[in-house]
Amino acid sequence: MNSGLLIRGATVFNPSTGQQAIGDVRIESGTIAELGTNLKPNGEATIEAEGLWLFPGLIDMHVHLREPGQESKETIATGTQAAAAGGFTTIVAMANTLPVIDDKTGVQYIMRTAQMHGVVNVYQVGAVSKNLQGEEMADLGEMVEAGAVAFSDDGRGVMNSLLLRRAMQYSTLFDIPIIAHCEDHNLSGGGEINEGSVSTATGLAGIPREAEITDVARTCIIAEQTGARLHLAHISCAESVDLIRYYKKRKVKLTAETAPHYLLLTEEAVQNYDTNSKMNPPLRTEADRQALLEALRDGTLDAIASDHAPHTPGQKDQEFDQTPFGIIGLETTLPLLLTYLVNEEGFEPMDLIKQLTVNPAKILKLSEGTLEKGAPGDITLWHPQKPGKIDKSRFRSKSRNTPFDGWDVNGRVSATILAGNVVYAASDGPAADLKK
Amino acid sequence: MKSSPFVPLAADDQHLLGLRGVSRERIERILDTARAMKEIHTRSVKKVPTLRGKVVVLLFYEPSTRTATSFSLAAQRLSADVQSLATSSSSVKKGESLVDTATTLRVMGADFIVMRHHSTGAPHHLAKHMDIPIINAGDGWNEHPTQALLDLFTIREHKGQIEGLTVTIAGDIRHSRVARSNMWALKTMGANVRMVGPPTLMPTDIQDYGVEVYTDLDKAIEGADVVNILRIQQERMTKFFFPNLREYNFYFGMTPDRLARCKPNVLIMHPGPMNRGVEISSPVADGPNSVITEQVTNGVAVRMAVLYLLAWGRHKQTPAESSELLWSAAADETGTNEQAD
Repeated sequence: MNSGLLIRGATVFNPSTGQQAIGDVRIESGTIAELGTNLKPNGEATIEAEGLWLFPGLIDMHVHLREPGQESKETIATGTQAAAAGGFTTIVAMANTLPVIDDKTGVQYIMRTAQMHGVVNVYQVGAVSKNLQGEEMADLGEMVEAGAVAFSDDGRGVMNSLLLRRAMQYSTLFDIPIIAHCEDHNLSGGGEINEGSVSTATGLAGIPREAEITDVARTCIIAEQTGARLHLAHISCAESVDLIRYYKKRKVKLTAETAPHYLLLTEEAVQNYDTNSKMNPPLRTEADRQALLEALRDGTLDAIASDHAPHTPGQKDQEFDQTPFGIIGLETTLPLLLTYLVNEEGFEPMDLIKQLTVNPAKILKLSEGTLEKGAPGDITLWHPQKPGKIDKSRFRSKSRNTPFDGWDVNGRVSATILAGNVVYAASDGPAADLKK
Repeated sequence: MKSSPFVPLAADDQHLLGLRGVSRERIERILDTARAMKEIHTRSVKKVPTLRGKVVVLLFYEPSTRTATSFSLAAQRLSADVQSLATSSSSVKKGESLVDTATTLRVMGADFIVMRHHSTGAPHHLAKHMDIPIINAGDGWNEHPTQALLDLFTIREHKGQIEGLTVTIAGDIRHSRVARSNMWALKTMGANVRMVGPPTLMPTDIQDYGVEVYTDLDKAIEGADVVNILRIQQERMTKFFFPNLREYNFYFGMTPDRLARCKPNVLIMHPGPMNRGVEISSPVADGPNSVITEQVTNGVAVRMAVLYLLAWGRHKQTPAESSELLWSAAADETGTNEQAD
C-alpha cells in the first residue's frame, strides 16, 4: 500500500552508532532502505525536514492500555493514537487488564485488536502469576508462543519468593526478561505517598522507601541465583540505584528503567492533595531525583518509560485515598525530557534518545528502535524550536491525569511514521498532507 | 532521607480546613472572638441571633459524639438552623460521592458544611467544589483544627499567653489529627513543642517542623507547662505498633507518679474520649491539674467563634465592624421567643 518515503535534510540521530548529522532517510516496503545525504527522490512521497530532528521511532516499554475491561480509561485505539502523538511507534502493554493477560487467548486478543485498531506497534507483556494473584504460575510458554515479549505482574510485586524463583528459572527457557514491580506490600500497604516530611505534614499515609528497596534486593538475589534476565520497572529510590549498580557489577543479567515523573518531580508535588501526583511507587525526595539522574548519566538505568496509567477524571477527582495510583505519560514524555533534562540537567539529546530506542529494543529483543538498513521504517520527527505548553485538553488519550498540564516545553512532535506511513503529523509540519 | 524545606499549605480564609499555614493573626482573632462567645455561656438565655436564618449542616462520615454535639450547640447558640447528616442513614450508603452529597445539601440551602471524614484531605477536596465555607471537624490523620484551637484557648486562659510555653504532646502522634493541628498552631504562636511516644507511632521527619522528639515520657514532661495526652486506639496492636496496652501504660501512661514530677502548675489536657488506665490514670484525669472538662466547655465557644468569623468573612465585613451588631442584637434578644428550629 506504500511505495516508500523519503525524508530529507533532517538532523539524523542514530542511536545505534551515536552519530548525529544532517542527512536523508529512505524507507522502502516499510523498512529502512538507505541513509545518506542528497538522496534523490525515486517517485516516492517526500518530507522536507530541514530544521527537524529525526529519531528511530521511539519505544515506550511500560504502558497500561486498559483494554480489555477498563475502556472508559483507555483503549488500544486511543492509547496507540496517544503514543503516535507523543512520538512513540512501539509500546509495550502491561498485563494488568480485566481480565489479566495471563494466557495465550489474552495475548492473541491484544495482538488482534492492535492489528485492527492500533495505529502503532503494540507488544504485550504476559503475567507472571495467574490473575496477578501471586499464587499460581501463568501460562508462560503459551504466551510466548502467542507473542509475549516479557513477563510481569506489574501493578503488584510477586511476594511469594518461591513463585518468583520458579518463574525466573522457567523464563530462562525463552530468554526473555521478567519485569519486576518491586514492592513489599506488607510495608507499603495502605500507603498513599512517600513516607517522609511531606506525609507527616499532610497527614497522608506513608509508603516507606524500604518497600521498594528491600524488594529490589530480594529480586536481584533471586535473579543472580537463577541466571534469569531481570528488568526492574519504575525505579524511584537512591538506594535501589545503588543495589542495581552492585548487581550489575556481579554480572546479573539486569536492566532497569525509571519514569519521567521521578526525574522531574518530588514528593512536594503532593502537598496540596493533588491526586494527579499520586502514583506507585510514589514521588520521592530531591536526593532520590538527583540519584536517578546520576544513574541515567552513568548507564545504571537503561531506559526511560512512561508507566502511562490512564484513569478517568471522575476516578481522580475524589478523596485522596480513594483515587487510584498512576498518571499518563505517552504525550508528555518526549517534550518533557527534551526540555527539562536537556536544558536544566545538561543531558545530551542523543543519550535520552538511546533510553527511548536502542536500549529498550535490546532489553526486549525488538527489531525496532534503530535506523539500520532493513529495520522497520519507523521514524519520529521532532521540531526542536517550537515553544509551547503541555495542554491536556488536546491529548489523544482518553484520560487527563497528568501533573504536567501547563508546563512549558520547547519543542513538539512534528510527525510520527510507522513502516513508512505517517500516523501522526502536526498540522503545521512538513508531513501534514501525508497523514491519511 | 531528608527532604528540601517544605512549603506550608496556603491559608484560605473562606474555609477552616486546617491550621497548617494559618497566620498568627487569624488564630488570635479566633481566640479573641471565642472569649467573647464564652461570655454568652454565662447568660440566662444562652443565645444570640447572629446566624438567624442560616443553615449549618453537620456532615459526619465517622462517628463522633463530642465534636458533633459541640458544633451543633455552637450553631444553635448563634441561632442557626442545624441539620445533621449521619452517613449511615443517607444516600452515602448507596455510593453517592462526597461532592454530590454536599452539592445536594448546598442547593437545599446549606450555608456552612461542618465535615468529618476518614480520608485525609477530604475537606480540601470538597472545598475545591463548593462556594460555601467548609469547616474541617477532623480528616483522617491530618487535622482537627477546632480541637487545637480550643486547646490553645484553654491554655491561654490559664497561662495568659502561649508564646514561650513548653507544650508536650504524648502518645500516638502518627495517627493523630489533634497532634498535627496543635503542632501547626502552637509553633505559629511561638510555643516550644515536644512530641513523645513510641518510635513506631512517631511520624517520619516530624522534627523538620521545629518540634523536639522524645521517646522517654519522663524526660518529655520535665519542665513542661502543658501536657496534652492523646487517646491510644485499642486496635493499634494489630499492626505491630506496640505489644499490648499494659506495656503502653508502663512506658507512656500519665500516672500520678509522673504527674508528681511535673511542674506544680502543669496543665493536663486530653482531647477525649479517654482510655482511663491506659494513656491516663483516673487520679490524673480527675485531679487539680486537669482541665479536660474545661476543654469541652471551651469547644463550644471556639466553634461559635469559627462559625461567626466565617459568616462575616463571606459578607466582606470585618468582625470588628460587626461586633457591635452582635452584642446589641444579643441584648434585644433577651426575653423574646426561642427560634423555631
